[in-house]
Amino acid sequence: MQLPDAEQLLVTLAERIRPLLRENTALVGIYSGGAWLAERLQAMLGSDIPLGTLDISFYRDDFSRIGLHSQVKPSSINFDVEGAHVLLVDDVLYTGRTIRGALNELFDYGRPASVTLAVLVDRGGREMPVEAQIVGARLDIKLGESLELARDASGKFHFILHEAA
Amino acid sequence: MKIHIKNGLLIDPKNGIDRQADLYIAAGKVAGVGAVPEGFIANHAIDASSLVVCPGLVDLSARLREPGFEYKATLESELQAAVAGGVTSLACPPDTDPVLDEPGLVQMLKHRAKLLNLAHVYPLGALTRQLEGKQLTEMRELHEAGCVGFSHADAPLTDTRVLLRTMQYAATFGFTVWLRPEDAFLAQGGVAHDGEVASRLGLPGIPSSAETIALSTILRLAAETGVKLHICRLSTHAGVEMVRKARQSGLTVTCDIAANHLHLTEHDIGFFDANCYLKPPLRTQRDLEALREGLKDGSIDAVCSDHTPVDDDAKLQPFAEAEAGATGLELLLPLTLKWASETRTQLSAAIASITLKPAAVLGIDAGHLSPGSNADICIFSAEEYWKVGAKSLVSQGRNSPFTGLELAGKVRYTLLHGQVVYQAAEIK
Amino acid sequence: MNNPQLTRDGKLKHLLSIEGLPKAILNQILDTAESFAGVSEREVKKVPLLRGKTVCNIFFENSTRTRTTFEIAAKRLSADVVSLNVGTSSQAKGETILDTVDNLIAMHADMFVVRHSQSGAAHFIARHVPPHIHVINAGDGRHSHPTQGLLDVFTIRRYKPDMHNLRVAIVGDLLHSRVARSEIHSLSTLGVPEIRIIAPKTLLPQEVERFGVHVYHDMRAGLKDVDVVMMLRLQNERMSGALLPSAQEYFKCYGLTQDKLALAKPDAIVLHPGPMNRGVEIDSAVADGSQSVILPQVTNGIAVRMAVMSILAGNPDQ
Repeated sequence: MQLPDAEQLLVTLAERIRPLLRENTALVGIYSGGAWLAERLQAMLGSDIPLGTLDISFYRDDFSRIGLHSQVKPSSINFDVEGAHVLLVDDVLYTGRTIRGALNELFDYGRPASVTLAVLVDRGGREMPVEAQIVGARLDIKLGESLELARDASGKFHFILHEAA
Repeated sequence: MKIHIKNGLLIDPKNGIDRQADLYIAAGKVAGVGAVPEGFIANHAIDASSLVVCPGLVDLSARLREPGFEYKATLESELQAAVAGGVTSLACPPDTDPVLDEPGLVQMLKHRAKLLNLAHVYPLGALTRQLEGKQLTEMRELHEAGCVGFSHADAPLTDTRVLLRTMQYAATFGFTVWLRPEDAFLAQGGVAHDGEVASRLGLPGIPSSAETIALSTILRLAAETGVKLHICRLSTHAGVEMVRKARQSGLTVTCDIAANHLHLTEHDIGFFDANCYLKPPLRTQRDLEALREGLKDGSIDAVCSDHTPVDDDAKLQPFAEAEAGATGLELLLPLTLKWASETRTQLSAAIASITLKPAAVLGIDAGHLSPGSNADICIFSAEEYWKVGAKSLVSQGRNSPFTGLELAGKVRYTLLHGQVVYQAAEIK
Repeated sequence: MNNPQLTRDGKLKHLLSIEGLPKAILNQILDTAESFAGVSEREVKKVPLLRGKTVCNIFFENSTRTRTTFEIAAKRLSADVVSLNVGTSSQAKGETILDTVDNLIAMHADMFVVRHSQSGAAHFIARHVPPHIHVINAGDGRHSHPTQGLLDVFTIRRYKPDMHNLRVAIVGDLLHSRVARSEIHSLSTLGVPEIRIIAPKTLLPQEVERFGVHVYHDMRAGLKDVDVVMMLRLQNERMSGALLPSAQEYFKCYGLTQDKLALAKPDAIVLHPGPMNRGVEIDSAVADGSQSVILPQVTNGIAVRMAVMSILAGNPDQ
């Protein structure tokens, strides 16, 4: 299948987000792809927008089956979540479980005024009642295949499709 | 009852018999060996094909737990275990409750054992009252009541003057003193051999010197008093060497080791296996090899079971809080056979170490099949394996370092005074 | 012999001792602890990993500080915590260890943290619990205190990341110390090339060289050029058990003072498992000085214990 240009999608995403920016909007990216994207979005939309990252390893729902990954980057939320309009950013939306975990973790920090989800790619296959309000592109990926956002040495994004094992 | 035991491999070390031969029993005695005695007509025949026929085993140490410790085991259950293990004569240490320091207690024990008619029980009397290490016991009276020797079991005898006096007094009457050499101060608080394993596991240790220092004292005093001495449960290579040298210099000293110590070392404790908590402790590979060699070259006279049944709960504790000891009557034969096959020792010599030689230590006429002697007989299969565990053991003590393992050497019949007192269930 | 700490496919099932733990698992615990160190530094110190699970602290031997850190660690993982000080309860009435444990199992505990005065107690309990229960040894007699060993090497690793080039000195009562045994095993598993023990002969176990350590009786010689100094606590009982003559003489020979510390490398760090006997094994000036990492040890203890609990809880039942 023809994979879209990730850099172009990012530009599209930024343009769709721009009208939604308000006074206490904050960008929160889900580690690792979402965190990269949030960082770039902050650069594109305004460096005064607060930026946070979430590593949801401690909030996964498959912990008792697959255990804990030892390489966990600590989440970093340096702004006050209480009353903020959070723009949650992730690279690929699939089952929705990652977003569920991210919401749980976010709410441990405080009660946001609203949470809006922006994703670069929506590949369908939802197992949770989760939808993204802002989507770069919708792609149909086969079961067993995985779509990964990669970042090269110069910081430019591209997609990689991993075939079924 | 006239019994004809036929087709067995007859092993009688005293009379140098180690061949296919039949055995004839009449009126509780051995009537003949090999050829049919004149006029003998058997009432009963035992087919001992592919089995070994030997004198009933003589065990120098088996705790029967009566009087006083009936919740651990009873006279009846343990004597049943004895004959299940082919043991027809055994000595029991005096650390019962009350201690065997009164003739009345000894008489009662002997009487009860006789009524059960399973194995001959030879009590060892206490060397000091209550085993407290202070006052002499009435050794003469105790001997008359049936004690074949005097022991201090595992109780410390730290006052050397008292130790000297007990030896002098026993020597007066020609009684044998049985002592397990262990310096109470060096052994204090210890539960395992003071070496690599105890250091790693953080267990308080009993150094080898606890045995050798006590042994040195005992041997010196024995030499001075001329007492007949039996050293119990050696565990160190240095200890074996000391006994060897003492004998060479003319001292009347015999010694025994426990069957477990013929096979196990401190490493068998593994992850704190309380079944390996024994007294004396299991020591190093070097000690093990010296004990195996010592038995083979005769420096060590006999192997005993050191049967010490403990109830299951007593072992279900962290190592140092468990009770020391292992069940052993039913393992004496297989463990001795295992040693023999591993060290390429003649079966006859191995059998001698659990029949003739311990009988000599006890000073009893047993451990042989001379015509006219008591028909105390053990008939066993040297090849049959059985699994050590609660299902197979008769003793109320189920705990052994060999639990769950298979050993070769299964008793099929045990006879006491020419009567079958044990017969193994049919094998599949 | 099967390693009772590991499942059949080599995952951690119980943490009973550092001895017998593969290096990979040790590193897994330390790396996971790094993540939890981060958690402890943020505002929201809780994560939901052990939500719905019950952790039981069964302390047959008293200890407020260790029990407290385990409680904090379990609560930060959102577990329910029950602490049993057995000395004051049913054990004193003659209940056996197994009965106490069985009662707690019947109350649906998932994880036991056990401290006992007898070596082998944790192994003993681990042998008797059903497959879904994990046992963490919080100290058994003289044998092992694995989480302490782990938090010590975790602390060392943070200050001295190149473990393959370190000289470490452990000073004090090795004979009676479960902490020291765990420290030695942790250091040697991680490849620390030189581990020195500094102690009088009365405080050394038999065949101590088999642990892979170099023994020094002279503290000044032993401390020369070391990168890490680990002090051990000296119990008062040692003075009355004919092992040592007095605290004063001990301090003179084996106490860590500024001038003795100066013999080590200038950037050497000082550890102590606590609680400290100031003036017996360690001088106040050193304990409170710039080279001491004693307080970070305490903080790291929580992260390490969180790591152990979550790794155990995350390994499927076998």
